[in-house]
Amino acid sequence: MPSNTRPTQAHYVAPLEETPLVAIDSVTTEGKPSNLWRDAWRDVRKRPMFWISSALILLIVIVALFPDLFTQVPPNNDCQLSNSNGAPTTGHPLGFTRQGCDIYSRIIHGTSTSLAVGLIVTFLVAVLGIIFGALAGFYGGWVDGLLSRLGDIFFSIPYILAAVVIMSVFSQYANVWVISLAIGIFAWPATARVLRAEVFRVRNADFVMAATALGVSRFRILVRHVLPNSIAPVIVITTISLASAIVAEATLSFLGVGLPPSTMSWGNDISQAQVTLSTAPQVLILPSIALSVTVLSFIMLGEVARDALDPKARAQR
Amino acid sequence: MTEIVNGTDVQQTIVSSDERPLLEIKDLEVGFNTQDGLVKALNGVNITLYRGQSLAIVGESGSGKSTTAHAIINLLPGTGHITGGQILLDGQDLAKTSEKEMEAIRGRKIGFVPQDPMSNLNPVWSIGFQVEEAIKANGIATGRKEVKARAIEVLKQAGLGDAERRLKQFPHQFSGGMRQRVLIGMGLAADPQLLIADEPTSALDVTVQRVILDHLESLTRELGTTLLFITHDLGLAAERAEQLVVMYKGRVVESGPSVEILQNPQHPYTQRLVAAAPSLASRRIQSSGGIAAAEASISEDASHAAGETIDLIATAEARAEAIEAAASAPPAIIVEDLTKVFKIRGSGEFTAVDKVSFQIPKGTTMALVGESGSGKSTVAKMLLKLEEATSGKMVVGGRDLATVTGKELFELRSRMQPVFQDPYGSLNPLRNIGNTIAEPLHTHKVGTKASRRARTYELLDQVSLPRTLVGRYPNELSGGQRQRVAIARALALKPEIVVLDEAVSALDVLVQAQILRLLADLQGELGLTYLFITHDLAVVRVIADHVCVMQRGKIVEAATTDEVFDNPKEQYTKDLLAAIPGANIELGA
Amino acid sequence: MAGYIVRRVLQAIPVLLGTTFLIYFMVFAMPGDPVVALFGDKTPPPQVLEAVREQYHLDQPFIVQYLLFLGGIFRGDFGTSFSGQPVSEILATTFPVTLRLALMAIFIEMVFGITIGLISGLRKGGIFDASFLVVSLILISLPVFVVAFVAQYVFAIQLGWFRTTAGPGAPIQDLILPAIVLATISFAQIVRLTRASVIETDTQDFVRTAASKGLSRRRIVPVHILRNSLIPVVTYLAVDFGTLMVGATVTEGIFNVPGVGRTLYQAIIRNEAATVVSFVTVMVLIYLFVNLLVDLLYAVLDPRIRYAK
Repeated sequence: MPSNTRPTQAHYVAPLEETPLVAIDSVTTEGKPSNLWRDAWRDVRKRPMFWISSALILLIVIVALFPDLFTQVPPNNDCQLSNSNGAPTTGHPLGFTRQGCDIYSRIIHGTSTSLAVGLIVTFLVAVLGIIFGALAGFYGGWVDGLLSRLGDIFFSIPYILAAVVIMSVFSQYANVWVISLAIGIFAWPATARVLRAEVFRVRNADFVMAATALGVSRFRILVRHVLPNSIAPVIVITTISLASAIVAEATLSFLGVGLPPSTMSWGNDISQAQVTLSTAPQVLILPSIALSVTVLSFIMLGEVARDALDPKARAQR
Repeated sequence: MTEIVNGTDVQQTIVSSDERPLLEIKDLEVGFNTQDGLVKALNGVNITLYRGQSLAIVGESGSGKSTTAHAIINLLPGTGHITGGQILLDGQDLAKTSEKEMEAIRGRKIGFVPQDPMSNLNPVWSIGFQVEEAIKANGIATGRKEVKARAIEVLKQAGLGDAERRLKQFPHQFSGGMRQRVLIGMGLAADPQLLIADEPTSALDVTVQRVILDHLESLTRELGTTLLFITHDLGLAAERAEQLVVMYKGRVVESGPSVEILQNPQHPYTQRLVAAAPSLASRRIQSSGGIAAAEASISEDASHAAGETIDLIATAEARAEAIEAAASAPPAIIVEDLTKVFKIRGSGEFTAVDKVSFQIPKGTTMALVGESGSGKSTVAKMLLKLEEATSGKMVVGGRDLATVTGKELFELRSRMQPVFQDPYGSLNPLRNIGNTIAEPLHTHKVGTKASRRARTYELLDQVSLPRTLVGRYPNELSGGQRQRVAIARALALKPEIVVLDEAVSALDVLVQAQILRLLADLQGELGLTYLFITHDLAVVRVIADHVCVMQRGKIVEAATTDEVFDNPKEQYTKDLLAAIPGANIELGA
Repeated sequence: MAGYIVRRVLQAIPVLLGTTFLIYFMVFAMPGDPVVALFGDKTPPPQVLEAVREQYHLDQPFIVQYLLFLGGIFRGDFGTSFSGQPVSEILATTFPVTLRLALMAIFIEMVFGITIGLISGLRKGGIFDASFLVVSLILISLPVFVVAFVAQYVFAIQLGWFRTTAGPGAPIQDLILPAIVLATISFAQIVRLTRASVIETDTQDFVRTAASKGLSRRRIVPVHILRNSLIPVVTYLAVDFGTLMVGATVTEGIFNVPGVGRTLYQAIIRNEAATVVSFVTVMVLIYLFVNLLVDLLYAVLDPRIRYAK
């Protein structure tokens, strides 16, 4: 029979020195305390992309707040048609537009417009998105049903198209606030959806049940336990929406339904330069670079934030 | 036995191949590349497995048991790779085999049954597609008809009736047990010499577990497959395998015949495991005819177990002594005809809890036992007022829960606190341990800032955690430590009742034993009443005074723990008891 | 499956009502005579004014106005353009052009995006992956009109590989450059989405199980990894279609492609708000329809949805 001839293994016991027993479940408290935010900051500090994008954003903010630090040439006056599409000269490092205005000065003075629209839209989107997303996710039921359907409706009109309609109809009221409102009012559902899903996940966590069993009030649970644990993706999407808002403003201005020509805007300048694209491409390209670098700075910051705050993204790096 | 064919050379090789182990792992080392350099997961593992044998690798999470299994088929996750040693399959070193050759070995020579049936089938392909794919890859059959016929055969063999119709279905239309049958069928589809089963039933309900394991055992015996079995449950390992390998921190600490190791564990780590395994403790108590007898019978063994061995039987006895007087105490909780009906969109109503009644005497433990979907957790949630009851009566500390609202409810909550299952979800990851433990005091405006801090320290002491933890965050703690924090939070308001909803189920055996000991000690010290909700009847034997067995929303059997174990009346209870591994092991008292 | 389709179609109805109502509301919440305001400082021919008044039924109460407007939409009456031509007639000639351009763009972005995303994901952390991460970040940051102008300047004006603007009838070869420009908008997103999805799928248990069955990597990658990774990419296509329509408006305008986008572009530039509203309404309807289609495609790709009751 096979079982009779089958060799067997001897009883082997490893010497104790080889694997000394350690206490079961011992606690180590070396190193600094760590949680999601501390870990994220530790992670972010090590990444060059974070420092590059932060430095660029800092520069952009300074340019937007204090344009006069960078140029003494007024962007609108002093334009002489004799300088039309002119090459760089002393004091005018980037040359002139078709109207003979200083390109460098117009880029510097256009910064605040882009940044302002970006910030206002982002604020609006974050406020609407957080309120609607948190309420829908936390309270569920008919509140969720109502808010989610409302979000679906706003989400079904691409926000630039919606802004085009609003700005076409309200063209005589165009200014930074109106254009920001026109973009933001249709851009919030994406944020709300992300937060709703996160809140939905967190509100079923055991620590939320434990808090309920303690008698902690619903509102306090939402604010103290649920929101802090679901806000991370909102930060990521908000940073990126800042970039999208800047693009949206430039697109609207480019289409001629954005800011009036009297307001400095990269989109306006790009729009006006298109007729001379074949003869003087630099007039179009230079503000385009300013626009793209600004957008890229925020996109990079969003990327860094995603990598630091989303464990899944971190694992994929 | 050996046929002599054409001369002695051949005979010699045949003889030697018969004696040669099918699988021989020598000094196997596996490392993972991390940010901090190479981290060794295996430190020289030796395993010998002969043809037709069954061998179980036992260990806690992180011991390297699954890594060993994955190293054999060369499918280590992520950056894992073999850094040294040999894996000899029938003399061929798999550690040095090319990927192309490995592809031919996987499936054909080594079958693999993975752990979690829910995640191991591709959700977008039909069952038939996935079985047929395995058959084609191993060249078992060619031609559409033959492949399909073989696929049906494989599924039938795996115990799936109606295989023909099943082929067209998708994984999500199968239950967990059925999926595991499919996975076993796929693992055995090419009739491999060796089958590796990595915790094949851990994700399943206990009664289903038993059926699947029985089936796996008879199938491998029938086919003459050598079985390498991986499990965290020592009782299960000993019951299902002839040979045992105990792993700890990437090394083998003890190996040899199962019965011998179980009866006479030599390495202190094995001794710890034996003492802490609920299935073994439960069997031992049963075979000795009571906790005290069991304790007497093994005290000698336990005495030479070094260090901080947690003996479950000793725990049980200590508890039994402390509780003895409490059996006739007035009830702390009375539940009568408690019912919960969920409305399900489209398909009407679902009665999750159906007229459940029980009482828990003050200072005792009642276990509510049932498989997933039995309604046991819903009972806990209703009692904790986290879920509204559809009908029925619940009286806690003399107060009818149906009538308390507002301030009264708030006050009542402080007298009854929960500890939940998932150690990773039970603590708010963004609040430090000090704030988490003090939150109940804060919420109920107990004491001053200084007195709350003092109470926090006291609670940390009570659950045996260092005071330095107050400023740390949950992600720095292990599962067991988090459960201790959760227990400390539950005890902060000095409640009379603690509802433990699968509070130890997610923990490794040694940690589980430690927490059970802690719970028993706290009960004696503070006179706590426990409602202990679990799927694991073995743990119940150690911790509970009364048992209610739940099935499909109803309590099918309720009695003292001894009665339920000694004299189960319902078939379902008998099935649950039979599902505790280790029934047929001689435990050598 | 049938239940799923019916449910999705029923869900689309309130959204359809809501979006058309929102558009209508945006136009007519404005002060003064909306019809006059719609034309800003311009004076359209009287018969156009009359047609617009008729389209929006201004003599009726607000909600009746909206319902009549909605009824018009269902009858295919999207109003009259500034020049007096019915919008539906303009659509008949422009829509096929835009459809061709959009399909070309989607084809380009899907083929290149998925291929590069797959390679990046399978070789995570390699040079190929790292360089495409940088490229995709830059591409995401470039507004579509910037890409369009740069492409026009480099490939049409300087290199002369393509015509600067599309010729009459918009032959395929004139659509290649606009299609590439349109494709770049979402290309980077598709690369990143595919990459993330591939990396995640590659670590799934069922992939290891497939290998344990003896399958070769060459079979596992397309059958188990790519197939499963496509599900989120297809879902993205629905969201992305909105961006594509805005992109088409800009791209068709810049390259003078005679499609729906250029018509809208010109209406915007000329400040003809009535026409803008008509065409945006059409686009939103198309968007809703495409979303519905993608949801159905999603069900085809994912049996968990197909067989859900």
